Amino acid sequence: MSETSFDVIIIGAGPGGYVTAIRAAQLGLKTAIVEREHLGGICLNWGCIPTKALLRSAEIYHYMTHAKDYGLSCDNPSLDAAAVVDRSRKVSGRLNGGVGHLLKKNKVQVIWGEATVTKPGEVVVSKSKKPAMQPAHPDPKGTAGEGTYKTKHIIVATGARPRALPGLEPDGSQVWTYFEAMVPPAMPKSLLVVGSGAIGIEFASFYNTMGVDVTVVEIMDQIMPVEDAEIAKLARKQLEKAGLKIMTSTKVSGLKKAKDSVTAAIETDKGEKSELVVEKVISAVGVVGNIENLGLEALGVKTDRGCIVIDGFGRTNVSGIYAIGDVAGPPMLAHKAEHEGVICIEKIAGKNAHPMDKGQIPGCTYCHPQVASVGLTEAAAKAAGHELKIGRFPFIGNGKAIALGEDQGLVKTIFDAKTGQLLGAHMVGAEVTELIQGFVVAMGLETTEEDLMHTVFPHPTLSEMMHESVLDAYGRVIHM
Amino acid sequence: MPTPILMPALSPTMEKGKLAKWLKAEGDVVKSGDILAEIETDKATMEVEAVDEGTMGKIVVAEGTDDVPVNELIAVLLEEGEDASAAEGFTAKAPPKASPKKEEASEPPQPVAPASSTLAGEAAAPAAGGEQSAAAPAANGARVFASPLARRIAKQNGFDIAVLKGSGPHGRIVKRDVEQALKDGVPKAPAAAPAALPPGMADDAVVKMFEPGSFEVVPHDGMRKIIAQRLTQSKQTVPHFYLSLDCDLESLLSVRVRLNDAAPKDADGKPAYKVSVNDFIIKAMAMALQRVPDANASWTDGGMLLHKHSDVGVAVAIPGGLLTPVIRKAEAKGLAQISTEMKDYAARARARKLMPEEYQGGSTAISNLGMMGIKNFSAVINPPHATILAVGTGEKRPVVVGNTVEVRTQMSVTLSTDHRAVDGALGAELLGAFKGFIEEPALMLV
Repeated sequence: MSETSFDVIIIGAGPGGYVTAIRAAQLGLKTAIVEREHLGGICLNWGCIPTKALLRSAEIYHYMTHAKDYGLSCDNPSLDAAAVVDRSRKVSGRLNGGVGHLLKKNKVQVIWGEATVTKPGEVVVSKSKKPAMQPAHPDPKGTAGEGTYKTKHIIVATGARPRALPGLEPDGSQVWTYFEAMVPPAMPKSLLVVGSGAIGIEFASFYNTMGVDVTVVEIMDQIMPVEDAEIAKLARKQLEKAGLKIMTSTKVSGLKKAKDSVTAAIETDKGEKSELVVEKVISAVGVVGNIENLGLEALGVKTDRGCIVIDGFGRTNVSGIYAIGDVAGPPMLAHKAEHEGVICIEKIAGKNAHPMDKGQIPGCTYCHPQVASVGLTEAAAKAAGHELKIGRFPFIGNGKAIALGEDQGLVKTIFDAKTGQLLGAHMVGAEVTELIQGFVVAMGLETTEEDLMHTVFPHPTLSEMMHESVLDAYGRVIHM
Repeated sequence: MPTPILMPALSPTMEKGKLAKWLKAEGDVVKSGDILAEIETDKATMEVEAVDEGTMGKIVVAEGTDDVPVNELIAVLLEEGEDASAAEGFTAKAPPKASPKKEEASEPPQPVAPASSTLAGEAAAPAAGGEQSAAAPAANGARVFASPLARRIAKQNGFDIAVLKGSGPHGRIVKRDVEQALKDGVPKAPAAAPAALPPGMADDAVVKMFEPGSFEVVPHDGMRKIIAQRLTQSKQTVPHFYLSLDCDLESLLSVRVRLNDAAPKDADGKPAYKVSVNDFIIKAMAMALQRVPDANASWTDGGMLLHKHSDVGVAVAIPGGLLTPVIRKAEAKGLAQISTEMKDYAARARARKLMPEEYQGGSTAISNLGMMGIKNFSAVINPPHATILAVGTGEKRPVVVGNTVEVRTQMSVTLSTDHRAVDGALGAELLGAFKGFIEEPALMLV
């Protein structure tokens, strides 16, 4: 048997866990990571990465069907659902193997199995009781197995799983979660997506582009409820123009399943009822933290609404036990988990760590058009009592956007009128997920509108719209 | 739209002039007809009147600037509702050379090459000069690392960001540091914040002049830094002038003997008080300030503070520095009480146990080096004081009385005065009143 005593054991090898493990190893800590199913977690096996692969196929398919707009011809484009899914799995598999390689390179011991924290300083690993989601990538080699492990610090990074609402319980065949939606055996004829957060909207956009008749039902009064209302409205307009059916302020009150169809009972907030018959349903009503079966209850680790309660450095109320990522609360995003993990382990190693400012975590949604944002929405900024200066610049005024054939979209910036602090940035349109980071850096460095105005943005790029939006907030926009 | 204010032609032949003085600061409200600035030509000084109303948005040409061409942009006036950023697009076409005395703290004067570097045959650029374009240099001229937002909030609240300690990466000053400072009120008032000082000779340049190993470096403690900072600030920003005269101590000394002899004694034979000459000086200064109330002042840009009571600071030398505890309402206190308070202050000052409220404020101070045999000297004003009295030793001197020379005990005193708050004649009046009380202590009873 290999080593059984470590400085730190991380439970869960998702993006939060494995990044924390690598950073721990860099800091000279003897590090082990326990994983029961797949290196890279949901993110790169069943989430962020394989959906991006699917959406890329959808994007190219969209261009094929619109080739004429670019002076090209592509007669009778067709799609092979199995091949699209296969590509997505291969992308995921490549990164899954990559994580194994990175952990090995950094001398992080991978322990294969399911972990229980028996007491602070002790983790017992047993054989996983959860069957791995298929198709699974091959298990990594050189892992340790069942046994009792000693460690100074335990970091819980067990992530989250799809929330199941009563009456909407996923069944794996007709009512899907993101797992099944990721590997459709064939394109369904019609699809109901319940929930219009990032996961729901991305699948809706993918299937809609692939020719499926898709309806999205959202209980709130706008799609993508965390986004700025104006941006969400523009995204909705574009998605509807592409054929998506969207119902807001509406809920699915029940599902009736037949052999080849599901009948959904739909009810608006005004009490208007209707029925919708679809082939498949995707339940995308959020995720809940994986806090169970870890032994945390017995140790008295404090939880709140399904998540572990931590301080700014990932510390729980029990000394020696830490939590990071989805299991430690929203926003449940891979990049938040990674950052939280690094802060946690640096603090453990005695480095000068700063708690994360959750107000500066960007969010990206890869539907078509894309949506990206950071900071306060207009409504939230107003509610916080700021006097605002708001800049808007539409894609239609940007040369690169017009050349790309992507002239629909908006870059919106929100400043505090008094101090010039950039409070929020919100974008909808082509490639905005690659643009938002510019504003994240600006916000993190506490630039004011003045510094952004003085920044040179390369021409011709979509990023020029970021500059113009800032200029617009101060009445100095050029190309409008 | 912001209104540009241009250098006016005061005569048909005028081509350029000196911007002598700004009478409105950035942020001041301007009414039509207000005097904005004074312009000097080689012939005359003229005033620039405001034609429009608004707020002074930006002063482009600093006061003291010579040879400003006619029609050059000198300032920007903002309309109601416009904020300062609206003025930012405006800049002078060719920034004219400014004379050294200029501008506000956040834009320090260009560094002057220290004479030593020329002597040493080195390049004229001083070592500390590299970062002068940075918006907020620290007191020693080094670059201050601060976020743009932190700088702006500090500026809007009127203090120099260089006084803060940063909590960001590598000690960078960020928004939360400024907000914390605003909450804690540390460098709140502009007066309380030591202004950024123009760099003196760089440390390296000084060190290089001495043979290595021929000296040791004693790091500055907090008190040394504050003394350096505050007194440099005082000498640079407070226009000092000095008034001296001699006081006859004969009467005071005999009163002192009689008072101390008459002190009630306790069971151990210890007298209830033993007043010193210095106690008389404190009391006399307090009474003089009541007699000449216009001199009991503190200068602020917003207006003169005229104090009702005589709060007299007394410099107490302690190992490694000095402190100036303040005897409050000294005009209303008897000599015995002043004496008791002074003894307590001096003891606690030496133990470094004074509370800030015990050494802050006051409108004047006494610095007495008489016990060291110093005949006379002049002291540096400790803002917010308007004056400081430097007291020399009491000694027997030949004095002309009538037409004969007599030997009498004399004491020379020098009053340093902030000319912004107290003019020459007023200072003389104050010192005269002081002399009157010292030479006839009984007058302090009336």
